Formats: sequence, C-alpha cells, structure tokens
Amino acid sequence: MATSRLKALAATTASVPITLFGLVLVTFLIGRVMPIDPVLAIVGDRAPADVVAAARLELGLDRPLYVQFWIYLTKLAVGDLGRSVMTSHTVGEDIRRFFPATMELATVAIFLAAGIGIPLGVLAAVKQGTRIDHTIRVVCLAGHSLPIFVLSLLSLLVFYATLGWAPGPGRQNLMFDDMVPVVTNFLTVDALLAGEWEVFRDAVAHLLQPAGVLAYFAMAFIARMTRAFMLDALAGEYVITARAKGLSPMRVIWRHAFGNISVRLVTIIALTYAGLLEGAVVTETVFSWPGLGQYLTISLLNADMNAVLGATLVVGVTYLGFNLLADVLYRLLDPRVS
Amino acid sequence: MSTTWREWLISETPASRAQAAWGRRYRLWCDFRANRLAMAGLIVAVAMVSVSLLAPVLAGFDPGAQNLTLRLARPSAAHWFGTDELGRDLFARVLFGGRVTLGMVVAVVVMVAPLGLLVGCIAGYMGGIVDRLLMRVTDVFLAFPRLILALAFVAAIKPGITSAIFAIVLTAWPPYARLARAETMSIRNADFIAAVRLTGASGPRIVLRHIIPLCLGSLVVRVTLDMSSIILTAAALGFLGMGAQPPSPEWGAMIATARRFILEQWWVPTIPGVAIFVASLAFNLLGDGLRDVLDPKQR
Repeated sequence: MATSRLKALAATTASVPITLFGLVLVTFLIGRVMPIDPVLAIVGDRAPADVVAAARLELGLDRPLYVQFWIYLTKLAVGDLGRSVMTSHTVGEDIRRFFPATMELATVAIFLAAGIGIPLGVLAAVKQGTRIDHTIRVVCLAGHSLPIFVLSLLSLLVFYATLGWAPGPGRQNLMFDDMVPVVTNFLTVDALLAGEWEVFRDAVAHLLQPAGVLAYFAMAFIARMTRAFMLDALAGEYVITARAKGLSPMRVIWRHAFGNISVRLVTIIALTYAGLLEGAVVTETVFSWPGLGQYLTISLLNADMNAVLGATLVVGVTYLGFNLLADVLYRLLDPRVS
Repeated sequence: MSTTWREWLISETPASRAQAAWGRRYRLWCDFRANRLAMAGLIVAVAMVSVSLLAPVLAGFDPGAQNLTLRLARPSAAHWFGTDELGRDLFARVLFGGRVTLGMVVAVVVMVAPLGLLVGCIAGYMGGIVDRLLMRVTDVFLAFPRLILALAFVAAIKPGITSAIFAIVLTAWPPYARLARAETMSIRNADFIAAVRLTGASGPRIVLRHIIPLCLGSLVVRVTLDMSSIILTAAALGFLGMGAQPPSPEWGAMIATARRFILEQWWVPTIPGVAIFVASLAFNLLGDGLRDVLDPKQR
C-alpha cells in the first residue's frame, strides 16, 4: 500500500521536469514569433547597420532556432533572463524586486478567502436548500461572474473616494518611502523587522483593499468547493452513526464531517493560491500595486519582450509549483488515495 | 394539440427512434425548466444575443458618432446610459459591444470545442505513447494561468481582436481535451464499441461516429460554463489594452478608457462593467442548470 502511493507520488513528481521543459519551450517560441525585431527594440531604429549586425550576432539571432533555444536554456540555467529594455535592469533583478509584493498580496488574500469561504461553505451545506444556502450561492456566483477590474474600480470609488476608509492606490504613503531597509521585500515584514510601527500600519492599510478584492474571487471558489465536499461528507454513513450516537450537531459537523474533507480543502486552497497570481495582474494595474502583475502589463505595453517572457515564465513555474504541492499534499495526507 | 404533443413526447412506448430521442430531450427540458435560476440565465442569455443582433435597430445612435458638446452626460431620456468622454451614446456602445464580445465568444467556442474534443478522443482511444505525448502537451498549457499566457501570446503577435481570439483558444482547449479523454477512456472498452469493431469499423470511424457523439453532453455543459470565463478573459485583455482596441466599443476596452472618470462620472466605466457582469452571470447560471440536468454525476 505505502509503496504504491510512493510510486504514484514519484510518477507525479517525475512529470514535473517535462512540463517545466515544455513551459520554457512555449515561452521561448512565443518570444520568437513576434513580428517586432528584438534587435531594433534594443538598439533603436536609427542605429547604424553595423551596430544592428553586431547586436544580432551577440544575441545569436543569426543561428538556427534550436541553437538559439540551447543558448536560451544555458542562460536560464544560471538565472539569466536577459535585460529589460524598460528598466535597464536584468529581468532577474526586476522580478526579485516585484515578485514579493505580489506574493504579499496573494498571501493576505488567501488567508482572508479561506477564513471567510470555508465557514460560508460549511454553513451553506448544513443549511442546504434554505434561504441562507441560496444567498451564499448567489454571492459566490457573483464572484465567478464579476470582472475583477470592475470590482477593483468600484471598491476604489466606494471605500477610498466616497467613504474615505481606505488609503488610495499604491503600496504605501509616499511619506514613508524608503524609510525601512529592504530585507525581504515584503513591506509589512520589513517594517516589523525595522520596528517601524507607523510604516507597518500604513502598509497594512494599503494592503487590505486590493487583497480584499482578490480575496472575494478566491472566497467564491473556496466556499463553493467546501459546500460540495461537505454535502458529500454529510451524506456519509459515519455521519449518520455519529448523529445516532447523540453527538452534538457542532461536533458532528466540525469534527466528523469537516475533519474528513479538510485534506481536500488544503489542495483546493493551494490551487486557489496559484490562481490568485492571475487575478493579481489585473488588480495590481488598477491599484498601482508595484508587483509582478503591474510589471508584466507595463512591459507588455512597451513591447519589452524579455521582461514579459521572464515574468510569464516565473508565474508559470510558481503555478506549477503550487499545483504540484496540492497534488503531493493530497496524496500524502489522504489515506483514501492509493 | 399541445396535450397530444406532450403525450407523444412522454410516451412509455415510443414507436420510433426519433420519438424516443425527442422524448428524452423533452424530459431534460422539464427538469431544466424547474430550475428557476437556470431559466433566468437562459432568458437573459437569449435576450442579450437578440439585443446584440438587433443593435443597429435598437441603438438609435451610431456607436462611433462623437458629440463633443455633450461629453460625459448623465443618463437621460435621450441618452439612456448617458454619454462617454467623446459624447458617444453609451447605450449604443454597450449594445454594439455585445456584438464584439459575443462574436469573440462564438469564434473561440467554434475553434476550441472541436480541437479539444479531437485531441482528447484521439488520446483516449489510442492510449499508449500517443496518449502520453498529447497529455504532456496539455499539461504544459495547463501550467500557465490562462490570462497570463494569453497576454504573452497577444503581446508577441499584435494586440487586437483576432490575436485575442487565438490567444484565448490557445489557453482554453486543454480542459476540453482532458474531459474528452476521460469520457473516451470510459467508453472505449464498452461492449458496443467492441461490437462495432468486430463489424470492421475503422478507428477514425469509431471515434467520429460512436465516441464523439457520446462526449457531446459533457462538452455542452463545459462550453456553457466556459463562456463566462471567455467573456471575462476577453474583457480583461481589452482592459489591459491587449484585446479589442479603442474606438471599438468592446466592454473591457471601454472601461479602460473611461476608468479615469470613476470618481466623478462613475457610471461611464460602471455601465460596461455591469454589462460584462450580467452576460457572464447569465452563462454561469445557464451552465449550472445544464450541468444539473445533463451531467448529474459532476455536481
């Protein structure tokens, strides 16, 4: 039994390098189909012919495609994603600077989403068919149907402009700019490390609105899945037995039914966490949040292909990582999976 | 007359294959009709499609006609939804925007459903190395978040509606392939397939005539549920400047150009947003209802 599970686990893990290779190949190919000449994008369209030719040689663009791919791979192996034309830093540096902001956003969002979504889903399942269930269902469906940028704009309108509860766009008040030394690039953590409570409070205030918007979408999915799993579990014979023994309803629901679905929920949360990377792209643009999503969209508008492909690849790898994590957790923690 | 039709449809002893088939459809329809939310979704979806088709008749204004003396007007009797920053009638633009969005959805679905179905059925039927290869390719495309792969792809070609459609197709087919493969694997070893094979049917014939028709039910459900996410992806691409380009009245692009008015003339960016929301909610409700009827085991 144990060996077969380990085998399945090994098979899952073994497929990862192949998928990873495909991921790199796809980003490479996307970069090569573009009609914009990458050389002109770097040297400018007024550069003399010999400069253009030299740049083309340096980039290896005169070689066959598979040689170019090999060059791309060897550079990638040492973490070299090329240089961003827009920021004139290497893409690797840029990503190290912007990615933590996105992770900070997504992490706060997933905690909010799980914290609200799971109880809502359990409640909907327990009250199946009642008005409460229908209300929760509609709230969740709205989460699946609202464009995230519309909700972001409306949230700015209501909470920032009208009510004045939330600070405006951005990651922190300009007053606090550069006040805490950069350690992790998670602003909240850095502020705590430096012991700057003002900066920390400001960072949290700025974080809550975009994170709340993101969390709504994640919450809709988590609540829906929780409801479905719980309905399944509540129909189980062990739940009927537990009820017949006279256990309190709360104990039956949380200890017996919920206990059995918690592993599946962990995997759902991991998957949702990965999905937040996508929502972050749009949310960050609306809230001027200096994360990977905003970096990606600005690079897109400037046709800065190295940056676009680097960011796409990083997102793809992170996404893959979370998917793998979900899969491994599921196989390791749930004894029913063989 | 209607009662006799009904009796003909629900007859326990159908006289012909057609009667049995229509009877089954009628019973599904009765199940579906009982779901009020799903019916609401169906009605709204049908209404949106008809209104978009009739846009030239209903709009009353040219969606591109500017009137700079009447910029950012509030909703009024003349301009039901008000006007945008160039004095264009928002009601007309929202109606014509429906054509753009629904047109994109149709274009994506027409390409993605056959593609996914074919890849999935081939992988499921052939098994072995073909299956492994095709599924690896599917995995690679599943490993990107949809919007991000679409963004990178559009950026590489050229922002615009056509590339947006291809980008969405590129990111949307893998789940269809997965689904069709799973269905095929469960059908492949059925007795009737063995019987067809014994009569000498070729592989392509078995896949096309006997396996694909059985996958269509779950495919329809998947397509309907996917429509809402296609609408949202198209709108997000438009919003980020990578999909339909202004002055096209595409809803996402309209919000992108009007978002700077959110604090003063909030209705200008909000109205297209509501349009996206209503369209995608309608398809979500419809898809949910269809799933309950056609595919009860997926609930």
